[in-house]
Amino acid sequence: MKQDIAGTTMFDGDQAQKGLALNRMCFSFNSAANRAAFLKDEEGYCRKFALTDAQRAAVKNRNVLQMIEAGGNVYYLAKLAGIFGLNVQDIGAQQTGTTVDEFKAKLAAAGR
Amino acid sequence: MAKIIGGVATTHVPAIGKAIADKKFNDPYWRPFFGGFDYVHYWLAREKPDVAVVFYNDHGLNFFLDKLPTFAVGAASEYRNEDEGWGIPVSRSIAGDPALSWHIINALVADEFDITMCQDMLIDHAVTIPMTLMWPGEKWPVKIVPISINTVQHPLPSMKRCLKLGRSVGRALESYPQDLRVMVVGTGGLSHQLDGKRAGFVNKEFDSLCMDALAGDPDTLTLYSIHDVVEEAGAQGVEFLNWMAMRGALTGRVTEVHRNYHIPISNTAAATVVYENGDGAERRAA
Repeated sequence: MKQDIAGTTMFDGDQAQKGLALNRMCFSFNSAANRAAFLKDEEGYCRKFALTDAQRAAVKNRNVLQMIEAGGNVYYLAKLAGIFGLNVQDIGAQQTGTTVDEFKAKLAAAGR
Repeated sequence: MAKIIGGVATTHVPAIGKAIADKKFNDPYWRPFFGGFDYVHYWLAREKPDVAVVFYNDHGLNFFLDKLPTFAVGAASEYRNEDEGWGIPVSRSIAGDPALSWHIINALVADEFDITMCQDMLIDHAVTIPMTLMWPGEKWPVKIVPISINTVQHPLPSMKRCLKLGRSVGRALESYPQDLRVMVVGTGGLSHQLDGKRAGFVNKEFDSLCMDALAGDPDTLTLYSIHDVVEEAGAQGVEFLNWMAMRGALTGRVTEVHRNYHIPISNTAAATVVYENGDGAERRAA
């Protein structure tokens, strides 16, 4: 039996099934027109993709850990984060409960 | 006959695309990474490849999670990039070599690799950024055959399977009758994790171990399960599978001739390595 890896969610079949609606919405954000449509009417856009209540709440809260819990895959979530002007370091800081500067400093320290 | 001259493996982080667009080549944050390409440029100018076979993983541009091939081989005459949604500039297209693609496809299926064949295939930053890093000029002097490996939705192919895939591609290349100088490229990695409470995880020791083994003894790395690789290299560190496939395609005596390693680029331990495939070094020595 494999041990879970702390702080890590394997994006496996269970997660893929759970997250399909959310990830499909994020996939649509490859299009600039869709990104604009989301910003114009977030509620309506999420409804169109039939997000679950947990997914809708996670998106409303802009909370990446909740999105992952609801089946989100980080490569797709990064497209959503981009709409809010957040990069992977911003979402790294959010997920680890640090400031962006602290998050960057931790990475730099790992290189020394 | 086609000749496999060597390979280049490099990180493909999207932020690099932005840094290139903003010309941050000498910026103190970026210089340690971009500086690693001076040798690559010298090597490519000397070796003059005609074609690059590129092992990479798609991040939700061409493939979505609804239909996701484990291995997919491009067979297009041109590969376009499109908006990927995270604000990096859209790259110009890259020419393909359909005849070589179909040769590889036929050989892989004959060799029991049940790949997906793609006559139309968008390529994402995992192809365009390494291409731009290798050839920063206006034109790409090579055609490409992109081969996508699923590193996103588990179950992923094993380290062993990816090494074998590469070996099969290598044998296909060696049997190609046209006089082409072929290089192979593996993109992504090294250790990094973007998601979860472990976001920001990198592992210098494991990266070193992988790079140290890859040229001379890649088979030892097949002892690591995917679970092990996620644990040691981070959730997205599994992109090392692309490096394994690249290494497999180098069929001769392989020598590492250049290595650059730097932490961090964005959330990633960035690495750029150049490998020569037996023949090249022996030919020059003669």
